[in-house]
Amino acid sequence: MTTRSSVNLQGWLLLLPAAVLLVTFTHYPTVATLYHSFFSTAKPGRPSAWIGADNYRTMVEDPVFWQVLGNNVWFALGTIPASIALAILMAVWVNAKIAGRGLLRLSFFTPTVLPMIAVANIWLFFYTPGYGLLEQITALFGLPSHNWLGSRSTALPCLIVVTVWKEAGFFMIFYLAALQSVSPHLHEAAALMGAGRWYFFRRVTFPLLMPTTLFVLINAIINSFRLVDHIVVMTKGGPDNATALLLYYIYDVGFKFWDAGYAAALTLVLLVILAAFAIGQFLFLDRRVHYQ
Amino acid sequence: MSRPARTLETIAAWLLGLLWALPLAYAVWTAFHPAQYSTRFVPWAPLTLANFAKAWDAAPFARYFINTTLLVTLILAAQLVLCTLAAYAFARFSFRGHEIAFLLVLVQLMIMPDVLIVENYRTMSRLGILDTLSAIGLPYMASAFGIFLLRQTFKTVPKELDEAARVEGAGMLEVLWKVYVPLARPVYLAYALVSISYHWNNFLWPLIVTNSVSSRPLTVGLQVFSSGDQGIDWSIITAATLMTSAPLLVGFLLFQRQFVQSFMRAGIR
Repeated sequence: MTTRSSVNLQGWLLLLPAAVLLVTFTHYPTVATLYHSFFSTAKPGRPSAWIGADNYRTMVEDPVFWQVLGNNVWFALGTIPASIALAILMAVWVNAKIAGRGLLRLSFFTPTVLPMIAVANIWLFFYTPGYGLLEQITALFGLPSHNWLGSRSTALPCLIVVTVWKEAGFFMIFYLAALQSVSPHLHEAAALMGAGRWYFFRRVTFPLLMPTTLFVLINAIINSFRLVDHIVVMTKGGPDNATALLLYYIYDVGFKFWDAGYAAALTLVLLVILAAFAIGQFLFLDRRVHYQ
Repeated sequence: MSRPARTLETIAAWLLGLLWALPLAYAVWTAFHPAQYSTRFVPWAPLTLANFAKAWDAAPFARYFINTTLLVTLILAAQLVLCTLAAYAFARFSFRGHEIAFLLVLVQLMIMPDVLIVENYRTMSRLGILDTLSAIGLPYMASAFGIFLLRQTFKTVPKELDEAARVEGAGMLEVLWKVYVPLARPVYLAYALVSISYHWNNFLWPLIVTNSVSSRPLTVGLQVFSSGDQGIDWSIITAATLMTSAPLLVGFLLFQRQFVQSFMRAGIR
């Protein structure tokens, strides 16, 4: 029989290697972000100094910050409902006895495996003015040439399309898993009572998919704040910051203007947003346990 | 449901499927044809591998392939060891403070290294390891996700197996290696596939911490190559793009079922 203290020792020893790395690269930088956000950025001949909330004051008055935050909200609103709706549709089709469903699943899921940077390159070519496939299609209909990624009104929607294309297939597999666990007896019962297919989906399938939808939703929200690879490749945040998302702005401020103090303040905003969703997810997981 | 409606739905599904396959098909067309055919879709256009050859010669892709392979292997090996040990601790040792420690581990599920770029860069620079593969990999090696996934699995292992092994005189690590690890094999496979595809594709952090050929992974190398302004044509860039994604793509086509199941298993937690 092992003693209490040896259990403590063994437990902590097993955890130690992972704990050291987690503390160094997750907990320490989180706290350091807060701390450094109260300091000015060191410049030649002028070391970094405590400046209180100045970075935050700059942020509140920075129109780009607000624009970027707004972009991020629009980006989330543009990508999330669309990719979830498409994911459900794809899953329902792939789950049904439809001809060639293996090929369909392959087509829907393949974008998930590709690197975002490769996806961005492919779509960059697709959107190229005068030469890309999109321009060729619009020219067939006699529409005038348009710089899709170069104009403020269409650049963000173009990125939204790319993201939906990349993510819908990923979310599809979670719905597929959920659909496969729906009992076939429910179908038979509904058919006996003469329920239509749409009615059955709305009143039976969709409610049963709710936990999956919440799970996918949280993931999609996190992704919309975490993934900016395509922006680096396709627009660099332009034109006029029309496509800059929060993390991309942090990257710009931190590694192009080398303003570490302001970048820390911006990162803190991102961390607060992510923490808010973390707490939301915690509450949701709690609720799901009750429903089971 | 009526027959015409069923047919209509099948057609709709196929249209969406075609639409989804179109961008990749377009890239494949462009990469395998001479530049003058890259937007002219005539069935008798001559096929060529010249775009791939030109891309391969124009940038040190061989080196990038080696870097990415090393990086992905390094990260996965470290993750497997660290996460196994930590998961075992959480699953079977109710040591003092294990609850709070577990919560602190879970923090990383939300605050991923991907968003802590500014402070982690500072740390790497202080450690003097900027522009190395370790700098790219270190923040990801202790993975909360891996710890969580393995802990759930280890908890399902019957305690009797554990005790029986101990009665026979096996030490703590021997029990872990002989009882727990073999039983968790499918989970390890799922985790490995997800980890490999994540780190093969990762871009922003490697872009920030590397600035030389000797440490750049494929994704960053591809970006450096395709954003170079020496007037490279699209056929070559597309060929390079497909080339860098090819190993994952081919792996996926061969082991479709395992991939889908792994992503599913790793996602539903």
